[in-house]
Amino acid sequence: MTFTIPIDNGDSVKTAEADSQRTLYPYVTGTSIVAIKYKDGVLMASDMGGSYGSTLRYKNIERMKAIGKHSLLGASGEISDFQEILRYLDELVLNDNMWDDGNSLGPKEVHNYLTRVMYNRRNKFNPLWNTLVLGGVKNGESYLGMVSMIGVSFEDNHVATGFGNHLARPILRDEWHADLSFEDGVKLLEKCMRVLLYRDRSAINKLQIAKITEEGVTVSQPYSLKTFWEFKAFNNPTAGAEGSW
Amino acid sequence: MFRNQYDTDVTTWSPTGRLFQVEYAMEAVKQGSAAIGLRSRSHVVLASVNKAQSELSSHQRKIFKVDDHIGVAIAGLTADGRVLSRYMRSESINHSFTYESPLPVGRLVVRLADKAQVCTQRSWKRPYGVGLLVGGLDESGAHLYYNCPSGNYFEYQAFAIGSRSQAAKTYLERRFKSFNESSREDLIKDAILAIRETLQGETLKSSLCTVSVLGVDEPFHFLDQESIQKVIDTFEKVPEEEEDGGEAEAEAAAAPAEQGGAGDQDVAPMEM
Repeated sequence: MTFTIPIDNGDSVKTAEADSQRTLYPYVTGTSIVAIKYKDGVLMASDMGGSYGSTLRYKNIERMKAIGKHSLLGASGEISDFQEILRYLDELVLNDNMWDDGNSLGPKEVHNYLTRVMYNRRNKFNPLWNTLVLGGVKNGESYLGMVSMIGVSFEDNHVATGFGNHLARPILRDEWHADLSFEDGVKLLEKCMRVLLYRDRSAINKLQIAKITEEGVTVSQPYSLKTFWEFKAFNNPTAGAEGSW
Repeated sequence: MFRNQYDTDVTTWSPTGRLFQVEYAMEAVKQGSAAIGLRSRSHVVLASVNKAQSELSSHQRKIFKVDDHIGVAIAGLTADGRVLSRYMRSESINHSFTYESPLPVGRLVVRLADKAQVCTQRSWKRPYGVGLLVGGLDESGAHLYYNCPSGNYFEYQAFAIGSRSQAAKTYLERRFKSFNESSREDLIKDAILAIRETLQGETLKSSLCTVSVLGVDEPFHFLDQESIQKVIDTFEKVPEEEEDGGEAEAEAAAAPAEQGGAGDQDVAPMEM
């Protein structure tokens, strides 16, 4: 994905040294994040895989983290950039706490801060290669938003990144409704994650579901979904059309 | 005032541990015309006396909107006040841009205070000659702060600065305990009454004062002359009579209360 762009005087092309100073392509990546608003707050699901190209190299990566008291951040894309973002947010939350004045950063503030960061990096042609999902609850109001690596940012009742955009969102559009109970919400997320497990090559069967409510953030222990591989069509896949898979 | 050998530089201490230049800067605040602030649990009212250089000119603006949820009233060197207001607006809008959320007043006030402190510790600078009454709303409710040229800031339920502010302060001291629970209308009335105290017997007219309000669900805005006059009419109709009861006392209390600053005629051109 290298491309040369003119800089400075307008006719010089970036040299090899300058190239290595900006993001060109991701190395260790996480796949989809799926998140929905429910009755008491926000639910977010992600698997624990980190792919190194087509190799599923890391199987214990936590791609969702609590931010401050009110927010939860999930990321897909480059894992090292996600860790960098966590460092920025750590500093932000620390400074906010140091004020000790009864005001605290809510999910809307964190989302907008991240949007500014992502957009500014994109303008320098040095993006943080992530799509971020920010969910939270503050003063009884639930918030769910997304920021992409080029700084596209919006809020919605349900969001998904990566393959989730194509496979999970149609399910959510059909079956999401306001005031889902916790159990129904988890069932809906698991349905989406199962489809992703079957169809997304970089997904693994080890996922976490995180819940954020007025009380705070809880990230579940990793667990697996039940899958079924005994469909008759899998036994003799080319029966219907010789030569096809 | 004092003529000391330790007052030439802001970075020179006196043997008694004072920075005279900073204290002189605080004197400048007392020369400006009065500004008053009061707050309840949900609203903040800022009011000021309109002073004009001469009959020919218009009066100085002393109250500025910093953001929908923050306003500031100044007394002292208006030019310094204008510059600091611009700084406050800038900080507020930058915060809004990054976080899409209003800057908490307490944090703005600390930045302002730190900015003022810098000027008390550089030999090539001078302290700002303006006192600021910053009123605003944030998550923890309504707040009123006073920022001093010294770089100190204090939070108040009600306060008055500028010339003849002592009269207003006396009035406010008697009433402040009830302010927290006051309605918006009562708060405005108290502000205008406090302004009246500083006028020392001059008839209170709506053209003589500027009043601004901000509150929960009410962005910062100025009250128009009509609304102010209406409030004045509720108590000014019977000038020296009973009514609030505080009025007769107020006249008596106002007379002996003398302000340290000079009278209006001696106001330096740059101060208002």
